[in-house]
Amino acid sequence: MNKVRHNPLNIFAAHAALLTYTVIALFPVIVILVNSFKTRRSIFRDPLALPNTDTFTLIGYETVLKQGDYFLYFQNSMIVTVASLFFILLFGSMAAFALSEYRFKGNTLMALYLAIGIMIPIRLGTISILQIMVASGLVNTLTALILVYIAQGLPLAVFILSEFMRQVSADLKDAGRIDGLSEYRIFFVLVLPLVRPAMATVAVFNMIPIWNDLWFPLILAPGEATKTLTLGSQIFIGQFVTDWNAVLSGLSMAILPVMILYVIFSRQLIRGITSGAVK
Amino acid sequence: MRNLDKPKRRWHIVVFLLPAVLVYTAIMIIPLFGTLQLSLFTTIDREQVFIGFDNFRTLLGDERWSQSFWNALKNNAWFFLVHMIVQNPIGIAIAAMLSSSALRFSSFYRTAIFIPTILSFVIVGFAWKLILSPIWGIAPGMLDAVGLRFLFEPWLGKEEYALTTVALISVWQFVGIPMMLIYAALLSIPDEVLEAGEIDGLTGMSAFWKIKLPLILPSIGIISILTFVGNFNAFDLVYTTQGALAGPNYSTDVLGTLLYRTFFGFQMQLGDPNMGSAIAMMMFLVILIGVCIYLFGIQTRMRRYQF
Repeated sequence: MNKVRHNPLNIFAAHAALLTYTVIALFPVIVILVNSFKTRRSIFRDPLALPNTDTFTLIGYETVLKQGDYFLYFQNSMIVTVASLFFILLFGSMAAFALSEYRFKGNTLMALYLAIGIMIPIRLGTISILQIMVASGLVNTLTALILVYIAQGLPLAVFILSEFMRQVSADLKDAGRIDGLSEYRIFFVLVLPLVRPAMATVAVFNMIPIWNDLWFPLILAPGEATKTLTLGSQIFIGQFVTDWNAVLSGLSMAILPVMILYVIFSRQLIRGITSGAVK
Repeated sequence: MRNLDKPKRRWHIVVFLLPAVLVYTAIMIIPLFGTLQLSLFTTIDREQVFIGFDNFRTLLGDERWSQSFWNALKNNAWFFLVHMIVQNPIGIAIAAMLSSSALRFSSFYRTAIFIPTILSFVIVGFAWKLILSPIWGIAPGMLDAVGLRFLFEPWLGKEEYALTTVALISVWQFVGIPMMLIYAALLSIPDEVLEAGEIDGLTGMSAFWKIKLPLILPSIGIISILTFVGNFNAFDLVYTTQGALAGPNYSTDVLGTLLYRTFFGFQMQLGDPNMGSAIAMMMFLVILIGVCIYLFGIQTRMRRYQF
């Protein structure tokens, strides 16, 4: 049976093609990482060689750590990402519960209203968002970024979470009601723990775009104290165009946190995408 | 059944909905209308004056403005086209190979090929800028090794290649998304369907073209519209590789960078929020048309198979 379907030659060709593409995907990242540990001379003379005892140096990293406020940027990115995710999940699951649990006038309309944002990018309203933030004194605060990312993440979060909440057994909730639990307790105590996998999916979907965003930090919070890591590295690397050690090390240090997140969450992310959460 | 016997207002529904609706309305919906409103005004002596569609007339009629606008729109269309003819077919091909049950290490490939997608535009932009740079010489050196040195050009610096190069960098970055979505769609095809095809003699490539491809068409529709919205909203990669001026000579200018320059001003020109809003509204229109074509023209006609 299986022999018919899987010609060994085809499998070999598939491995060759996939391996080639894997090399294409990883090559630029590896070149940057490897060269960040090399002296300037060997970066240029032999860009594809691994660092050896002669050519190994950490000078680029020293420059980066001395000049850039790497840890502040990292902390800003952390605060923005974690706070945005928390509120996307909290507000999103509350709204999803209301839409999937109760029948009320305007339910479908409300669901459609919240779904507009899945297709229409929030960036189109940037000019007006900036004016609102200026008027409310939120420019150059992390709050401005957090608010924008919550608004950006909510539509898809509500959509995915309400799909999942429809599957939570009605008997369970009714049993809770008979026991005299309030609607709030039913939501927080009974329903939320059951949709944790869906919440994890929503979290990983939102995490990477928020962490990597350049547009809103550039426009809403370009101040030194509120730079995110993405914006910080953009400006920092731009300043060191001729110091190749510093540029390569700065890039590597920007790659590092995302890679760590990816290693931790890749299984969740891939399961989230492949479980058909996005239909 | 539940709650129907309670005629009084169910305040908990309001409580559950309120935070999400409030933030979403204040930061997403109101600014969209605010931008629309701004696009109908102009600033004279710091006063907002209503001028109807004059900004749009300027944008499409004034020689200088319309030239930049059509240039950006044309570049954006090419940017999208490159994604459609390179990114999505590669993504589908990789997904098709990965979904073969006899293939080992498929989760390794999947994880590795998805890595560029998680990197920020800043990293991707600078990394490719360095690799393609004639100063560093990785790209020319590698071409030299296979005897193709004469093919090397400073691709990002030449007007005729820059846009395609940036588009291909973006393809490199985002191939993971069609790959994952198509992979998921392929996995959801039941074995019985494929086995029935085998009995009829459909294996390998013909099974892919005749059975799998028709079944994953809805997913291909989704990746197309995602690509469309993402591309006509693009800014970051052009900004990190070519700067806000989208050089050389605006050859990589897309609607996002044009919006940014118009709004914030650049070189001698002052920033103009009203014209910026007009450009944002044109982007909104383009995206809206694309989404409508997808929702009403494509999605409703596509047959979905339930297993």
